[in-house]
Amino acid sequence: MWKYVVKRFLLMFPTLIGVAMLAFLLLRIVPGDIVEARLMGSGGAFVTAQMIAEERAQYGLDQPLWRQFAGWMWGLARLDFGRSMWTGAPIGEEIKLRFALSLQVAVMASVVATVLAIPLGVLAALKQDTWIDYAVRIFSIAGLATPSFWLGIVIILGFLIIFRWLPPMVYTPFWVDPWQNLAQLIWPALAVGYRYSAVATRMTRSAMLDVLREDYIRTARAKGLWMKLILVRHALKNAMLPVVTVIGIEFAFLLGGLVVTEQVFNLNGLGMLFVESVARRDYTLTQALVMLTASAFIVVNFLMDVMYAWLDPRIRYR
Amino acid sequence: MRSVMALVSLLLAAVLAAPVAAQDKPRSGGELVFPVPSEPPSYDGHREETFGLIHPFAPFYNTLIRVDPNDPSGTKPAPSLAESWTVSGDGRTYTFKLHRGVKFHDGSEMTSKDVKASYDKIINPPPGVASDRKGQYQNVEAVEAPDPYTIRFRLKFPQGSFLLSVASPWNFIYKADILAKDMHWYEKNVMGTGPFTFVEHVKGSHVVGKKNPNYWDKGKPYLDGFRALFVRDSAAQVSLIRGERAHIQFRGFSPKERDTLKSALGDKIRVQESPWDCILMIAINHDKKPFDDKRVRRALSLALDRYAGSKALSQIAIVKEVAGVQVPGTPYATPPDELAKLAGYGKDIGAARAEAKKLLREAGVPDGFAFTFRNRGVPMPYEPLAIWLIDQWRQVGLNVKHEVVESAAYYDQVLRPGNFEVAMDFQCGYIVEPDLDLYKFVSTDKNPSNYSRYTDRVLDDLYTKQGRTQDPEERKRLVRTFEKRLLDEEAHYLMTLQWHRIIPHLAKVKGWQITPSHYLNNTLDVVWLTE
Repeated sequence: MWKYVVKRFLLMFPTLIGVAMLAFLLLRIVPGDIVEARLMGSGGAFVTAQMIAEERAQYGLDQPLWRQFAGWMWGLARLDFGRSMWTGAPIGEEIKLRFALSLQVAVMASVVATVLAIPLGVLAALKQDTWIDYAVRIFSIAGLATPSFWLGIVIILGFLIIFRWLPPMVYTPFWVDPWQNLAQLIWPALAVGYRYSAVATRMTRSAMLDVLREDYIRTARAKGLWMKLILVRHALKNAMLPVVTVIGIEFAFLLGGLVVTEQVFNLNGLGMLFVESVARRDYTLTQALVMLTASAFIVVNFLMDVMYAWLDPRIRYR
Repeated sequence: MRSVMALVSLLLAAVLAAPVAAQDKPRSGGELVFPVPSEPPSYDGHREETFGLIHPFAPFYNTLIRVDPNDPSGTKPAPSLAESWTVSGDGRTYTFKLHRGVKFHDGSEMTSKDVKASYDKIINPPPGVASDRKGQYQNVEAVEAPDPYTIRFRLKFPQGSFLLSVASPWNFIYKADILAKDMHWYEKNVMGTGPFTFVEHVKGSHVVGKKNPNYWDKGKPYLDGFRALFVRDSAAQVSLIRGERAHIQFRGFSPKERDTLKSALGDKIRVQESPWDCILMIAINHDKKPFDDKRVRRALSLALDRYAGSKALSQIAIVKEVAGVQVPGTPYATPPDELAKLAGYGKDIGAARAEAKKLLREAGVPDGFAFTFRNRGVPMPYEPLAIWLIDQWRQVGLNVKHEVVESAAYYDQVLRPGNFEVAMDFQCGYIVEPDLDLYKFVSTDKNPSNYSRYTDRVLDDLYTKQGRTQDPEERKRLVRTFEKRLLDEEAHYLMTLQWHRIIPHLAKVKGWQITPSHYLNNTLDVVWLTE
């Protein structure tokens, strides 16, 4: 087990270096840069070539690519992401500001999804082809077909039109005012969590159906084992492998991928920061965010692999 | 009997008018809440370009003079830190007398030394300090501070627009001592003389300002404070106003959003509208055949039914007025009757299109001639305008392909290298002023931002002359001549439709006047709330 964990851990680093190279190069291939984004906002009638060149030099964009890359990698090695080209603020500060919100929404949405998905998926599998199964399937297909941002708009408009109430549009940290914090974040968490639960419900149902048909379940039933015990100890634990995968990947995605939902609920999260940094060609910030997201995926994958090994002792690294 | 009736009418009118008058008397108190769709990279007005800086940060500062907040045309200079000014007989020296007793928020006195330091930074920034509008002040020979309450600008030659360029909303007056220590200090800190003092800026969330109790303009501001919320999504901005969680958004909404708010809030909402000092125009690449032929360029303009386009597009997009080179309703704008004499502005579209076809034939352009129209990847209003243009050109036998290029790459990949035949170009001003608006169209060797890539010394000469004349009527004549040459005789550039600014705000907001520029009237010193 430990050998497996160490090998999986070491494998993370070449993956991250590959991501860093790709992020750096892809951003430079895309036309336009931050100077264009900053100076041409009003049409740039008075912007001269000299001004553009001076600005580019200030951002270090006049340096050869290899030097820019080497500088960035040297910073990464020291865990120094540098400063945002757009705001001039340290990148760590820019991310820290948004991370708590994004993490909270991701955790809340994951809780919503898990609380809905596992019981519903198990129930649907146990009651296969009954009205309960059909109801759960309709519920989950509707979740898959409903974009979270659309559900968000419906939630906001519903509150506005029916109750003349609007969720808070400014983030308040949980430790400052829990009520205000939840009043803002519960709605995006529900909107996102519903879609997320739909994926997980379907996965739980199909995994449970597979497991329930296994010989060892039949044997357990035949020897008269209590059904609840069969479900929890034998079926659910084995059915959880694909479900854990889905939940893990979705969680990593939620950290930086809630762009439109963040826009609808005016959440100052990492998703919006990501989109804005790309649109502004803020290379340093975009690179840092790519690295953060990639790290989140890689760490979640690593944890999932460790969990697989725990759930299924047959899994070993070869 | 008639006199009795007159007296009764007068009394009745007085009684009815009384509550209105009482309501129109500014009331102190309250916090103005407004969403801002964009957030600035830094706090330095001298280096930034985005209204996302002006809307939440202008209330912390004053400028030397400003645009009269009650002038709907946004073109009248009015006192601010300078209480008065004089212009020398030769038009080359502007002397401003400063208010006495103006204090910075740190309690120190503001004097001419601070104004001089601020303008020196704007006009001649040291290496490594960005000043995005320094090009507009190249005519300034020297800025002098002969005594603590006098500031003097000496110009190389007379410049009709100079007063308004000093009224620029970007030219915040900073403290000289701070600038002397660190020219970049104002990029990350806020400290001015404005009606509000800085409380906090939570990035991506909000900016809060509170009333400056020591404001030099006694009795102002009326508000206790303001809260600017950074809200990017326009649907969320509409929801905030609809839910009465915000009072106003200062940039503008679309016609549909205005209608949504009006139907939802009825009398609680007041809508102010104005032509907007932004316009999409068509750059025609003179280096590409057959667009080097002015008959072809004129044909492109003659094909456009701008009046029908205005009616249709103003329902769905933020464009409306048929305009020349100046925003309609402003001092140098060409009146509609005169404008209708220019190519492509006539009311008889049938005759105009017949002439367009004739010109194309004469220029040897065959029926069904195909070219590509390159457009910037911004949905509103670039997309609907492009669709309209392509349809209009199709009606004179041109076959136009629409190609959209991502916004951040547009100038670098398309306009600047001349990598297009016909393309959308854009200009947005902070004050309607011919010097600022016409510079775009001088020859490309003088201004590389002229993307039609032509050399026209007649236009260059007219530009210089209109800028230097001191006589407004003569200037008007020169601007019209410039316009006729640019849009009609040579058709170097084509104007589409003027943007249209729509500000629906809660009726309880008083004292704010819409202007053609979304960069103006954001000091908030005269704004108040009825409840």
